[in-house]
Amino acid sequence: MQITDETIDYVGILAKLELSEEEKEQAKKDMTNMLEYVGKLNELDTDGVEPMSHTFSVHNVFREDVVVNGDDRENMLKNAPEQKDGAYKVPKTFD
Amino acid sequence: MDFSLTAVELGKKIKNKEISVVEATKAYLDSLEEKEKDIKAFVTIDREGALKRAEEVQALIDEGKLTGPLAGVPVGIKDNMCVDGMLTTCSSKILSNFKPTFTATAVQKLEEAGAVIIGKTNMDEFAMGSTSETSYYGATKNPWDLDRVPGGSSGGSAAAVAAEEVPYALGSDTGGSIRQPAGFCGVTGIKPTYGRVSRYGLIAYGSSLDQIGPLAKDVTDCATILEIICGKDEKDSTSVKESGDDFTAALVDDVKGMKIGIPKDYFGAGLDPEVKEGVMAAAKVLEEKGAIVEEFDLSLVEYAIPAYYIIASAEASSNLERFDGVKYGYRTEEFSDLHNMYKKTRSEGFGPEVKRRIMLGSFVLSSGYFDAYYMKALRTKALIKQAFDKAFEKYDVILGPVAPTTALKIGESLSDPIKMYLGDVYTVSVNLAGLPGICLPCGTDSKGLPIGLQLLGKHFDEKSIIRAAYAYEQTRSYERPAFATGKEA
Repeated sequence: MQITDETIDYVGILAKLELSEEEKEQAKKDMTNMLEYVGKLNELDTDGVEPMSHTFSVHNVFREDVVVNGDDRENMLKNAPEQKDGAYKVPKTFD
Repeated sequence: MDFSLTAVELGKKIKNKEISVVEATKAYLDSLEEKEKDIKAFVTIDREGALKRAEEVQALIDEGKLTGPLAGVPVGIKDNMCVDGMLTTCSSKILSNFKPTFTATAVQKLEEAGAVIIGKTNMDEFAMGSTSETSYYGATKNPWDLDRVPGGSSGGSAAAVAAEEVPYALGSDTGGSIRQPAGFCGVTGIKPTYGRVSRYGLIAYGSSLDQIGPLAKDVTDCATILEIICGKDEKDSTSVKESGDDFTAALVDDVKGMKIGIPKDYFGAGLDPEVKEGVMAAAKVLEEKGAIVEEFDLSLVEYAIPAYYIIASAEASSNLERFDGVKYGYRTEEFSDLHNMYKKTRSEGFGPEVKRRIMLGSFVLSSGYFDAYYMKALRTKALIKQAFDKAFEKYDVILGPVAPTTALKIGESLSDPIKMYLGDVYTVSVNLAGLPGICLPCGTDSKGLPIGLQLLGKHFDEKSIIRAAYAYEQTRSYERPAFATGKEA
């Protein structure tokens, strides 16, 4: 399938990436090639085959709802690009 | 200091007080700093921390509190595993300033066993690549030929071991990222069964495929390391407690009666004739030692790469959403609002290959394409798993090459992503099926480059591939690159 400008713009929104015109052209080309290549899977008859996420049976893992890690706020904020009053600081999100 | 020692050999010398932990650590650091001018296997070298740690470990050994085989032995950790207080970048600009406040479980287990962390090894950015060239910090060189790549994505770990900058290293394998660089650099690496080693603290790429594993000079080292890092971890709900984790018990020079299958489909077009010859010669050796070796049709081999790139990219696009400039890592300098900050941070912070995979992943997961691509890939994965199940009804071990060629020239594969992806043809299906695999050297080609032999096993049957690899290894001696031997004296 041919990737259009609209598709690339849409993918840019989903991926939260801002592409230059040049990058967009390259991305269009790369994605078209890649989708053509992975389209090879259409040769396979997978009717009735269950999609597999885990290769052996895994079950939900439960544990008691007990806090064990304590207050780690100070540590977590150590890597924050910006912080204020013990919280992550981000640009204003609404007026 | 004899840098040709394996990790276990060095551990013995430390235990016997032939060398102190500080002496060994210092010797490695001094030698490494010289070698790094050419190899560039490390993103971060923690000289001060390592020497301090070496003293502590020596004290614990002297007190009899550390008695394991790797106590006091230096190690390199791939830069996608968190180490408390140590820069952990994933070889990306977006994590260029990230110092985790906790340590990955696998690394912590090594530390509890007395490991001395020398530093963090280079890799393809976020482990996306097969050459270690997509690192934001520059390409790592192959010690066998400095004009060639070490493979990837654990290229820094493999090159560091081959160049004898460290006795062993940890890597991670999502589509071949331990095995292929081990092959290109002439060292040994194990990708354990999915779930065998905790992924806690491993910065995720494709969560359903990622596994941490060892890279070292020989099978004994790898089995010893794996025995330390494996096990169920409450912090990774996909990790499991399974029997058969006494890996060093499988270091037995006996393959009599072992059934080894060679997939004919692994020896078709695209495979370098010299690689084929090397791998078939290794099969012959195992046969002469009493293994029953026969060829068979595995099938579906050509569908593994397309399925892999859909699944891995989809998972990557989701996993890498967390890098948005809010909680850690790089944040763009100027922005107009929150959304603009996200976009600019990510666009400036990620390299081209990472962006390519995030976009492909976002696309295959988007409504309208989800079924056609993502679900199709998961159905293909089920078929690939079935093909392996069928093969393992007949065979204990599957034997083949690790890659179609030996190490490529630097720059050779970057221009054409699909060409680079095709190099993963023998490795990705193992991750899709969750199986264990080992790669070890089986000679060199006419260019003097190592050829990698790959052995695959059943789920949680690492012991069979370790036994076969060990038996094969006994028939040859470890080959050191001239780069390592030339740096002696």
